[in-house]
Amino acid sequence: MSEQPSLTPRQRQDLGTIAAMIIPASEEYRVPGADDQIIQADILATLGRDTKPVAAALDHLARLAGMPLADLAPDARDGVAQQFRSAGGAPAATLVRVVLQCYYRDDRVLRSLGLELRAPFPKGYVLPDGDWSLLDPVRARAGTLRRAP
Amino acid sequence: MKDPVDVLIIGAGASGAAVAWSLAETKMHILCLEQGGWMNPAEYPSTGRDWEAKFYGEWSSSPNVRGRPEDYPINDDNSPIKVVNYNAVGGSTVMYTAHWPRLHPSDFKVKTLDGVADDWPIDYDALTPFFEENDRMMGTSGLSGDPLSPLTHPPMPQQPMGLSGAIIGKAMNKRGWHWWPSDTTVATMDYEGRARCVNLGHCTPACAQGAKSSTDITYWPHAVRAGVELRTHCRVREITTDETGMASGVVYYDKDGVAQFQPAHVVIIACNGVGTPRLLLNSASGRFPNGLANSSGLVGKNLMFHPYAQIYGYVKEPTDSNRAPPTCLWSKEWYDTDLSRGFVRGYGVQFVRGAGPVFEAVVSEQKGILPWGEDHHRVFRKLNGHRLGFSAICEDLPEEHNRVTLDPVLKDSHGIPAPKIDYTISENSRKMMEHALARGREFLETAGASDICANSPIPWGGWHLLGTARMGTDPDRSVVNEWGRTHDVKNLFIVDGSIFVTSGGVNPTSTIQALALYIADQMKQRLANLFD
Repeated sequence: MSEQPSLTPRQRQDLGTIAAMIIPASEEYRVPGADDQIIQADILATLGRDTKPVAAALDHLARLAGMPLADLAPDARDGVAQQFRSAGGAPAATLVRVVLQCYYRDDRVLRSLGLELRAPFPKGYVLPDGDWSLLDPVRARAGTLRRAP
Repeated sequence: MKDPVDVLIIGAGASGAAVAWSLAETKMHILCLEQGGWMNPAEYPSTGRDWEAKFYGEWSSSPNVRGRPEDYPINDDNSPIKVVNYNAVGGSTVMYTAHWPRLHPSDFKVKTLDGVADDWPIDYDALTPFFEENDRMMGTSGLSGDPLSPLTHPPMPQQPMGLSGAIIGKAMNKRGWHWWPSDTTVATMDYEGRARCVNLGHCTPACAQGAKSSTDITYWPHAVRAGVELRTHCRVREITTDETGMASGVVYYDKDGVAQFQPAHVVIIACNGVGTPRLLLNSASGRFPNGLANSSGLVGKNLMFHPYAQIYGYVKEPTDSNRAPPTCLWSKEWYDTDLSRGFVRGYGVQFVRGAGPVFEAVVSEQKGILPWGEDHHRVFRKLNGHRLGFSAICEDLPEEHNRVTLDPVLKDSHGIPAPKIDYTISENSRKMMEHALARGREFLETAGASDICANSPIPWGGWHLLGTARMGTDPDRSVVNEWGRTHDVKNLFIVDGSIFVTSGGVNPTSTIQALALYIADQMKQRLANLFD
């Protein structure tokens, strides 16, 4: 596999800023923002095949902002973010997806959601078998299979 | 020069595995060439914490996104529905939902019943013993006695209802609509060496438990033990013919990328509705200038996808989320033609239990119901673990302009021309999809759902690849005869979804495999005069 290019320092800075705009930290839910160092490190370490579109998205963001996103006034920053998301196409969607997929596997976030910190395999999950008498009305209505000649 | 084999099968997926296993009892020398390799369940997504993220990369259902060496590119730019598949031993059964309805008896006679498309040259009864045999081999679970489905006898009990199933059942009962536990190929008890389902949830991109039936763990171990040779990482470029117009073998690229010629007395294609026409068209020659077995001009035409009309919402109660196989119930309420609905034919419904947190976040953000900023956390907690889905599998009727051709530019890693898809959704299908969305919305509202969203069609929903080498008795109107032999080449057979005449309104794999077993049986009965 060819080595993926990494993001520039400026791109990393804007990635952190836009990530915090997507998901800010919350004291109420006791979760970090998506600009948290551990989450940002996870994003950078696992970008892989998404590096190119994410870099393109960040370049687009930089053009819209004209300066580091963090240096913009809050209102201007919100305007840039909205424009970025509405007109950024597939690269912007990829960037957002990468932020979300790393955020929602962070231990602190999963704990806050009440989810277990593990892979599905091998333990799996237990499902209630349910009350199959719910099918009684379906049986009572019956119906017939359409006949073929 | 390699020694000729008696039977050469191209493709080790759903149909290739079934036909190989069935023919193995003849003790002929059977070779299967598969462009992919054997799967390693230890590497399946659900074994890792990043299980959801993998679905956006190397475990994407789209070969264009996945881009593994075993995949070939597909130009589907001119189609609102993108092709999804998997290339490996097991084929797309490695990556499917394991939902297991069959075509209905009426699906084989749509011209007679509804005056559209064509009747199949065979009927449901011809396939019945092979449906049963296939269900035993694949290992199905379900509840016998559905009043609106063909009678089945699943060897294992149905999946648990779970949290989602109870909500779905109650809402459907309030509406007075049909619903029933789906037949699935998820093992609900230990079965034939497979461990029972433990609800890993993320079934579609392969089952690490081995509870979901894929042919690499069902048919293939039996077929290999019976003497079938399975050669992996071998991509067939073309089928060759001799001076008499019979298939003489294939040219394929081996695992080292070296072109090899493999002679064969019989060739069976099992590459499904895109791969099969691609191969036939790539096998054009002086004798067959428009592609092999294409005197009808129908190779690649009549592509049917099943446009999916999907609608989902969020209920107050917790649903099963990612902690269960995604599909567990179906409805056949709108399966048959009712002209008062404004369209002909109908659709099956598969209910969806929920989604995992990453998928929920990504999709909801894209849909605009999960905001950025301070309110993100509150809204996400309202959505996550509360999703219910209603997916209508709409019967796609055959239309010749929906087709697979060869792309003039795009090629795979071996330089073989790639397939190009041209496809539009018909007016009849659009009306059907609108009807399904309206019923789905009523269902969701009855269940108390809010934030209702739709995908119509599901853009990455081209799972079912049908109709591009259709079956029939008339050589001018079909590619293969009523027992799977091509009209033009008497030792060339097709056993996959491309031979479907019409698509029905259900997932097709059960019927594809029953057809493959039926054709194998026909071949075995005619061994003495197979080429007459």
